[in-house]
Amino acid sequence: MTLLAEFHDIACNPAAYGKKLKKAGNRKIVGYFCSYAPEELIYAAGAHPFRIFGTGENIQLADAHFQAYCCSLVRGSLEAALVGRFDFLDGVVFPHTCDSIQRLSDIWRMNVKGSFHLDVVLPVKLDTPSAKDYMTDVLTRCKSDLEVKLGTTISDENLKKALRTYNQIRKYIREIYEMKSADPDILRGADIYAIIKASMVMECDRLLTLLPLVLEELKKKNNIAEPPEGKRVILAGGICNHPDIYRIIEEAGGAVVWDDLCTGSRYFENLTEESKDPLTALALRYLTRPVCPAKHAGLFTRAEYIVKTARERNAQGVIFLFLKFCDPHSFDYPYIKEILDREGIPNIKLEVEDQLPSEGQLQTRFETFIHML
Amino acid sequence: MIGASKMGVGLCETAEGMGYSPDLCSYARSDIACATVNGGPIGGLPRPDMLVCCNNICGTVLKWYEVQARYFKVPLFILDTPFCHVGFADEAKRYVRRQLDEYILFLEKTCGRKMDNNRLKEVGKLSLEGQRLWQAVLNTTANRPAPMSAFDAFFHLALIVTLRGTRDVIDYYSQLLIKMKDRVARGKGAIPNEKYRLLWDNIPIWPRTRWLSQKFASHDACLVADTYTSAWCGTMKYIDENNFFDSMAEAYTRIYLNIGIDEMAKQVLEMIDKYQIDGIVMHSNRSCKPYSIGQYDIQKIIEKERGIPSLMIEADMVDERSFAESQVETRIDAFMEVIKQRKGR
Repeated sequence: MTLLAEFHDIACNPAAYGKKLKKAGNRKIVGYFCSYAPEELIYAAGAHPFRIFGTGENIQLADAHFQAYCCSLVRGSLEAALVGRFDFLDGVVFPHTCDSIQRLSDIWRMNVKGSFHLDVVLPVKLDTPSAKDYMTDVLTRCKSDLEVKLGTTISDENLKKALRTYNQIRKYIREIYEMKSADPDILRGADIYAIIKASMVMECDRLLTLLPLVLEELKKKNNIAEPPEGKRVILAGGICNHPDIYRIIEEAGGAVVWDDLCTGSRYFENLTEESKDPLTALALRYLTRPVCPAKHAGLFTRAEYIVKTARERNAQGVIFLFLKFCDPHSFDYPYIKEILDREGIPNIKLEVEDQLPSEGQLQTRFETFIHML
Repeated sequence: MIGASKMGVGLCETAEGMGYSPDLCSYARSDIACATVNGGPIGGLPRPDMLVCCNNICGTVLKWYEVQARYFKVPLFILDTPFCHVGFADEAKRYVRRQLDEYILFLEKTCGRKMDNNRLKEVGKLSLEGQRLWQAVLNTTANRPAPMSAFDAFFHLALIVTLRGTRDVIDYYSQLLIKMKDRVARGKGAIPNEKYRLLWDNIPIWPRTRWLSQKFASHDACLVADTYTSAWCGTMKYIDENNFFDSMAEAYTRIYLNIGIDEMAKQVLEMIDKYQIDGIVMHSNRSCKPYSIGQYDIQKIIEKERGIPSLMIEADMVDERSFAESQVETRIDAFMEVIKQRKGR
């Protein structure tokens, strides 16, 4: 599908896209980390939200700030910033999540010059009345901070428009996921990876044009009835920055039919209620959305969610994909594994750094796992 | 205790067998394992009726207590103290304060009795008094020679950590303070011949404190202060003696590990001046990301602002598998050479 080329190009090199966007000069560009960053507020302020990923380059400059036991996301993104790959950013927003991102924020603020810095200190607990009010308070402050930093005011009208825009984008992406889940052969895993990754950096208007076209194409394809072959698996973890994983799983006889990833379904699950007060509605979405393990929304919430998703998606297995040194995911893994085992859902864990293990090794692991399903 | 009694490796390995990554915090790993085998120096802790945790030191505490709450099947209260990158926002203050009310409700429900507000005030006063005394004890090491070292502080620390708010802390530290003042008056130092004064940063390498203290003493170097033991009395300025309950929200939130790296560096600089420090020993502790990530930047700030050298020791607070003795020894020797040259022997 030629439509997909644009997503692949951008997902391959988001920074080049950001640079191009900056050159066009229409908007200020604000970088952000993680799926709890209020993109809607940035967009409503007339700026362009741009998700920051590690760039996979050799770590040199970041080694002067991070020990070897820090994850590749914090090392890679700081490295990219220090070598000037993110020079097109006018500012960066750091939502509070894990201990590593928390310190990355400090180090970034102290060492990366030329763009504004904004911490959004979200609650860690998400399931109490006080946390709910605090979440709204934090977003209210974030809104006024962005107004100051971007020298603008965010009107209620623009904010509501932003909510609608992002809801629409999330609906489209979810629909693409749904179609892939219904017929895994309709789209390669690497395509869906490219779509969602690119969506986190692309201009909304462009997405609102492209995503419906992708859906249209998929609907045409959907008529070709051939029983899908791959064993259905779910990918669960934090950030996936490795399109090759999808291909290797497919070659091993599997198909990723859904995920619980920060760079996946956690980005689009749950819409923001458009009828409510916008900030309260945004807060509510963060409180109820599938939770990141760096946050607390109950003792069994994540395991229950993964089991439910596996059942709903008719998945035969779960592949955990963690960044090495990611504490929140590593702490959750044993209990989620135990519950999956008890529920009879086969699972394996793959821990990756910036570079994947050798392809042969991955193939063998995935083949063994998938043949067992 | 597990670390100091060198039982960490075994317990950490047990946790790894349970599926916990060896990259996770060794306090968490050893405690999680300890609960299942009643291990450690005292054969495990009594079974809890409830669990209470505060994330002012790290996000790991939250995950760790979630694990334990699932294991023991008991209620868990989380005091969520928003990180203070550059300050303590009003909404964060309101949030923590409100959680204290939620905490009381949790306690009343779990314990089945009402909060005694008079008792709360009394405990608050005792807590603050304990902190003052602990700070006074630590202050004595500003003297030359220092009457005790950071290694002694690592030991005496136990009371402010586990018995804060009780009379025992006050009695113990009052006695200790008298003893230290007496040592100062007699010019008695923690090591026989104190020539160089060092500052320790990060949690101790518990299984190796004796080895480290002897190693430094052999160079006539005394670790006279540290950023760790002082953290238990570092936020007294936020506590209102007559309104402990309301003010504890701020005191718990603005502790040393819950602030920005630049703010931490500022506190280290103050300690350098106060204790007349010649060099810094930083324990790059792979178990503790909030404490360790940022040390390189603090190191640079210190070198720039005070021009004193620092040594980075890569290790772990409990898991001895991360301690390479000969490598650490070589680095300490080289570091002490630099200090000696700078001080003109």
